[in-house]
Amino acid sequence: MSIILSAVLTLLALAVIFGAILGFAAIKFKVEGNPIVDEIDSLLPQTQCGQCGYPGCRPYAEAIANGEDINKCPPGGEATIQTLADLLDVEAIPLDAEHGEEKGKQVAVIREDECIGCTKCIQACPIDAILGAAKQMHTVIADECTGCDLCVEPCPVDCIDMISVPETIKSWTWKNPKDQAFKIIATDRNPEVRV
Amino acid sequence: MTEYILILVSTILVNNFVLVQFLGLCPFMGVSNKLETAIGMSLATTFVLTLSSVCSYLAFEYLLSPLGLEYLQTITFILVIAVVVQFTEIVVRKTSPLLYRVLGIFLPLITTNCAVLGVALLNIKKQNGFVESIMYGFGAAVGFSLVLVLFSAMRERIAVADVPKPFQGSAIGMITAGLMSLAFLGFTGLVNI
Repeated sequence: MSIILSAVLTLLALAVIFGAILGFAAIKFKVEGNPIVDEIDSLLPQTQCGQCGYPGCRPYAEAIANGEDINKCPPGGEATIQTLADLLDVEAIPLDAEHGEEKGKQVAVIREDECIGCTKCIQACPIDAILGAAKQMHTVIADECTGCDLCVEPCPVDCIDMISVPETIKSWTWKNPKDQAFKIIATDRNPEVRV
Repeated sequence: MTEYILILVSTILVNNFVLVQFLGLCPFMGVSNKLETAIGMSLATTFVLTLSSVCSYLAFEYLLSPLGLEYLQTITFILVIAVVVQFTEIVVRKTSPLLYRVLGIFLPLITTNCAVLGVALLNIKKQNGFVESIMYGFGAAVGFSLVLVLFSAMRERIAVADVPKPFQGSAIGMITAGLMSLAFLGFTGLVNI
């Protein structure tokens, strides 16, 4: 009995000590990611369309953190530029027309009887929202589509349309309060007033 | 002093862990496709093997042996090795991002490498002392690195060679490893410990 007990206790003690060492090391040597990149990335629309000239939203977020202009995101439009400007405390600048213009929320729709099943749009889609196989008709999963229009260009028969999605009761969200002219919280209005 | 050199020669050439004792074969076949990754893996293994053979020796000598718990050596060594590797990974990640980029992905892989556990167990079996354990672990790692780098260099050449279809891919790799193993048998009898 005592043999078993001592064995169990020894292993338990070892495990506790090692666990403590690792736990301590995890806190002590914690690697800080770049939190500003995460914050910028969360403000970008995540269309992964590449219209900004970067291969996706995350690389563009990293570039913004390193001083890139904030007006290169057409899908996000003026609202994204405004929130980015607030976050980074810089002046909001108009959208750079070189990278495209704001079109509102869109989805791609394949005119299915014209589709020849070449799979070119599937390869172009950055978020795998197009379903299909070679010589089979393809279709777009509308819920997944971010409206980046990267699939329009490669289509050899031009059977993909970008359709604007009107705002419905389901898709409407409350506008960002940062745009409002007045401040809701009293202390924000007048910083000197502290209770 | 000669004894330590003999241990090194023995573990690197005569009792090579990969080709003679057949330990650590998974990374030997797995990460030998490119010379660069093979070198990264070799460096990481050298580091971990030396460190873990010391730590497991200490754990055995000052914890298990006094308590008469020698039969717990395997599970204890696994625990010690896992913690050492994990701790190293955390520290390296913090202190040297460059080194982390070179070794980073290999470190967790090594935790489950049988050569690491094999060295720890053989140290006890051979009743190696403290310095001998370090030498044994280091020698095993150098032997592993030597063979891995040689093998990956050969595989890079084989990749572009005109190999008959049935032998392409892993098959020719296995045959090459077998031939290397035969070649290393030539060192038998060089030293004997």
